Amino acid sequence: MNAALLIILLALALAIFLGLQARRGTEMTLEQWSVGGRKFGTIFVFLLMAGEIYTTFTFLGGSGWAYGKGAPALYILCYGALAYALSYFLLPVIWRYAKTHGLVSQADFFASKYRSPGLGILVSLVSVAAIVPYLVLQLKGLGIIVSEASYGSISATAAVWIGTIAVVGYVVISGVRGSAWTAALKDLMILVVVVALGTYFPLHYHGGFRAMFEAIDRAKPGFLTLPATGMSTSWFISTVLLTALGFYMWPHTFASAYTAREEGVFRRNAVMLPLYQLVLLFVFFIGFAAILQVPGLTGTAADDSLMRLVRQNFSPWVMGVVGAAGLLTALVPGSMLLMAAATILAKNVYAPLRPGTDERTISILAKSLVPVIALVSVYFTFTGGDTLVALLLMGYNMVTQLFPALLFSLGSRPIATRAGAYAGILAGEATVAYLTKTGTTMAHLFPSWPSVVTDLNVGIVALIVNVVVLFVVTLVTRATRAPADAMLGAPSELVG
Amino acid sequence: MRRYRYLALIPAIGMLGGVPVANRVEPYVLGLPFLLFWITLWVVLTSGIMWLILVLDRARDRAELHAARGDGRDGAAAGPPTPTAE
Repeated sequence: MNAALLIILLALALAIFLGLQARRGTEMTLEQWSVGGRKFGTIFVFLLMAGEIYTTFTFLGGSGWAYGKGAPALYILCYGALAYALSYFLLPVIWRYAKTHGLVSQADFFASKYRSPGLGILVSLVSVAAIVPYLVLQLKGLGIIVSEASYGSISATAAVWIGTIAVVGYVVISGVRGSAWTAALKDLMILVVVVALGTYFPLHYHGGFRAMFEAIDRAKPGFLTLPATGMSTSWFISTVLLTALGFYMWPHTFASAYTAREEGVFRRNAVMLPLYQLVLLFVFFIGFAAILQVPGLTGTAADDSLMRLVRQNFSPWVMGVVGAAGLLTALVPGSMLLMAAATILAKNVYAPLRPGTDERTISILAKSLVPVIALVSVYFTFTGGDTLVALLLMGYNMVTQLFPALLFSLGSRPIATRAGAYAGILAGEATVAYLTKTGTTMAHLFPSWPSVVTDLNVGIVALIVNVVVLFVVTLVTRATRAPADAMLGAPSELVG
Repeated sequence: MRRYRYLALIPAIGMLGGVPVANRVEPYVLGLPFLLFWITLWVVLTSGIMWLILVLDRARDRAELHAARGDGRDGAAAGPPTPTAE
């Protein structure tokens, strides 16, 4: 074993130790395990949210896209900032309702708002389906980190298995409190590593940032701006908007809103988190620096560029520290995702289907589902071939379809009817599935239209289908039900 | 009605609306190609704008609390804490 692997292993041991420490003295009910007893303050929620957002995707995928695609990677910097602005208004409303009704998961929210356990089950299945590509992304990242840090002595396949076992063990032992503490450690490490590397490489190779960008501009003209077609400004804007709307629709992000002690936490975080996004700049600098230093990585190999560049420049010790930071950026979000998926399946799919299931059974089921979901993700890790960003965009298109039904439920009474919410989500997801499966783009759908239209992110189509169906079905159900209710003298709130 | 909350739309309009114009390498600002600078600038402005809304919201929360307590003679003991109190 080399020094790099040793350091990575120590980081893992420390993470597990922190998880065990956090667990001591608290009885682990489901609410404790998944929403930390709703007692977290600004700093903890900040760490949890930052912890979920700064994943291996940011670390390897962000630099990989800057390396492979250039300017289009900047979308990653935009959507987070806009989503945080949205969170200022969205999260307090969700939090307040969740607290009053003792909700634990995202599906609880839909089930409670639309008074429909069935809708809860649908939302659960959608979110678990979306989590899988996101988990695959973390596992792929772990594979890259461990395998690069071993200097090739551990194969990517073995590395994925090692990473999976680490994540599963970590989740079962610690739950959400472990995540928050490890998130603190992770954020500190990733901050130091990314800022140090993102400053070092441009200065070392080019003597400055501007000099680096000028060199890239000479070597690859047009790389630092959005192209006229393809990932053009129109692709950029539509993708940022879609992902910003989907940002809080991830079940783990949604549920981490439940961990707050009071709603002011979200408002303060909405001010701080956009600035924290700026760490991404340094991630991009690393990817940009790699273009001229480790050229030739194409397709999914672009995701290796960061680790490759570090390996080329530094001793195994530094490689170990970078790898350890990378491991934590996969471990924290990976554990959140796994925990969210397991809790959802146990509490929001199994329990409603078998009324009378007690809390204890749900809790045991949730924990035993963790390795099952991990295995499914491992399967897709080995069979799928997409880059990290492509995987994330697919998951985003799926969760974004939950946004309309959520938005129209936020008032004291949902605007959409139950049937409308069902139909909208189903239509949206069916469209996403069809478009993803067939690889359809806007250019296929509207071949003769200008590129402003054909470059739009195809997720827009699914979202429009979703909203239209939601409204049509809502109007139809209201029109057919309302007279009947009026005749029976039923209160109008029962409609839908 | 807290109309100042519409300020929160400015980041989206500025950041994204500006992209077609800002999609260029020159001029470099702070060593960054212009597009990268433009986006960075708007991320910082987003934080600033949200801070402004937070400050205005807090002032409004306090004002509403005072109004709810009447003239405030015995309100200090009976009044609930503001929902957004630190």
